[in-house]
Amino acid sequence: MARWTPDPTFYPSPRLAGDAPPEKFAYVALLEPDQKSRPDALGVVDLEPDSSSYGTIVSTLEMPSPGDELHHFGWNACSAALCPSSPRPHVERRYLVVPGLRSSRIHIVDTKPDPLAPKIARTIERDELVARTGYTRPHTTHCGPDAIYMSALGGANGPDEGGGVLLLDCESFDPLGAWEVDRGPQRFSYDFWWHLGHDTLLTSEWGSPSMFEDGVVPEKLLGREYGHAMHVWDLRHRNHLRALDLGDEHQMVLELRPAHDPRKAYGFVGVVVSVEDLSASIWLWHREGGDWKIAKAITIPAEPADPDLLPPLLKDFGAVPPLITDINLSLDDRFLYVSCWGTGDFYQFDVSDPFTPKQTGKVRLGGLANAGSHPKAGTLQGGPQMVEVSRDGRRIFVSNSLYSSWDRQFYPGGLDGWIAKLDADPDGGMKVDPEFLVTEFDGRAPHQIHLEGGDASSDSYCFP
Amino acid sequence: MSGADLGGIAALGAFHGLNPAMGWLFAVALALQERSRRVLAAAFVPLAVGHAAAIGLAVVLVEELQAVLSTGTLRVTGAAALAGFAACKLIRNRHPRWVGFRIRPPELALWSFLMASAHGAGLMLLPFLVGVHVPAGDGPIPGGLEFGAAAVVVHTLAMVAVAGAIAVMVFEVVGVGILRRAWVNLDLLWAASLLVGAGATLFG
Repeated sequence: MARWTPDPTFYPSPRLAGDAPPEKFAYVALLEPDQKSRPDALGVVDLEPDSSSYGTIVSTLEMPSPGDELHHFGWNACSAALCPSSPRPHVERRYLVVPGLRSSRIHIVDTKPDPLAPKIARTIERDELVARTGYTRPHTTHCGPDAIYMSALGGANGPDEGGGVLLLDCESFDPLGAWEVDRGPQRFSYDFWWHLGHDTLLTSEWGSPSMFEDGVVPEKLLGREYGHAMHVWDLRHRNHLRALDLGDEHQMVLELRPAHDPRKAYGFVGVVVSVEDLSASIWLWHREGGDWKIAKAITIPAEPADPDLLPPLLKDFGAVPPLITDINLSLDDRFLYVSCWGTGDFYQFDVSDPFTPKQTGKVRLGGLANAGSHPKAGTLQGGPQMVEVSRDGRRIFVSNSLYSSWDRQFYPGGLDGWIAKLDADPDGGMKVDPEFLVTEFDGRAPHQIHLEGGDASSDSYCFP
Repeated sequence: MSGADLGGIAALGAFHGLNPAMGWLFAVALALQERSRRVLAAAFVPLAVGHAAAIGLAVVLVEELQAVLSTGTLRVTGAAALAGFAACKLIRNRHPRWVGFRIRPPELALWSFLMASAHGAGLMLLPFLVGVHVPAGDGPIPGGLEFGAAAVVVHTLAMVAVAGAIAVMVFEVVGVGILRRAWVNLDLLWAASLLVGAGATLFG
């Protein structure tokens, strides 16, 4: 239904979105750990503090069949609908676009009329996706100015082939095709996002499906075969401009967090592990003159640990790698949040000056050894993983599951799901909300969280 | 050609100028991106050229068709085209897909032309173009070209005046936050205007 005035959750600029009211609920991807016995699900978390069900899952939408491996998801429309080149401000933020990373299905979930009881509106099957786009393993989705963009981690020709970026029609959700005209040297895929004000798209590299679907492959990791670059693309002409190689010791270049302000041409990307010293790192890309540069901005070292506490994969190293698996940037581009799924540390950095990040907060929630505890539940399993930041930057939500096969590999003792909340001080600093911990997921594991009306990773803006 | 016709054509220009999708919003975005008032002003040159081209295309089309079709046939054809456009807007409103922010002036002119054409902006002038200055009997139409040129100029000036005033207000004073409340769904009004135009073309 076309609206008379723009969807109230659309904001022209990230600054204006910062004044948005607090979210009353959130959606979370819930993984069935064995990916066989039951389908994955989309959970709704009550976030209204006065509600009797505050901080619990109030409804669960099961996907039609098992094996999806829900990972990241996004909205059909967001603030990018106000972008001036092809505006469509009167569409509704209504449908969640939910890709199955393992099944290559894409579910379209309708959140109206009752946002607390979403329904499946359509499922795009693997065959249709492959026929139209040539890609499989759909992953990150962003609402663009003209279409829904989605990264895909695999190709159509077996698990050794990497993926790229594809497009879905923003109204019918039909897959429109592969996005790229010229992929240049790009082979591996993972995350993508853009600088809309600079007509630039960015992609990162994890690996081909054979390198992650059954868990991390140690020989390939030590052989430095995982992705170690990010790519800069011309968003308008859809061609590859530049590969920014971090060096092959930096394995698995994952979440891309460009500055939200469309004037700025910089952003941060997290690297899971260095095979030289097991450290993790965050890199800053930026445009300088006409060229794009990248440099390491933050290094988080590995932590020595008793091998008895470590999973088989890590026993020989006697150390816990931090494993940066997700990062998120507040809408004011001021605070960067960093999840270390290995050590269990969760960081806040002040990145007002992106070239000199300052650590302003750190808490430990779970971890492989010396696990951090939560006031409400004691020691936590797993570690901080997917992080989401409210539009006003005050509330941070963190879940603990990465990917079913990796969860089993790194946390073989099992991983009871949790979502924690941290309260961020507008001037820097954060603390765990002792009253908030979601733990009842009916045996499933929580992955990405999206907040009602938008959050720090759901929308893009064309006005500063 | 009458003053009333030109008044109507100017009013339609003002109506087109009001629509953020016809260019003022793009000008504001570019100016904000560069923090430059000069960029705002400069954007209106290609925006005006593109819009004028779309209107000019409609004018030329009608002039050419008037030479080969009877006025009655032209009225029916024009009304059908307008009604068809309106129906498209009401049933499944598709906008041109355009990606690109940092574009050169010729591309901005092309964008403006495409947006105006895709929205049927030129067609909307049909009631003023068809038949109003057709002389009795056959033969070349005296003053047709002059009228056409005047229509394009008057329409475009009105469009730029309104769009420019809004752009300056938004850029200098109120800010883009106003979009959240004031950006009403002009597509519905637009479809209504196309239908009114269809009626006026048919019976005008």
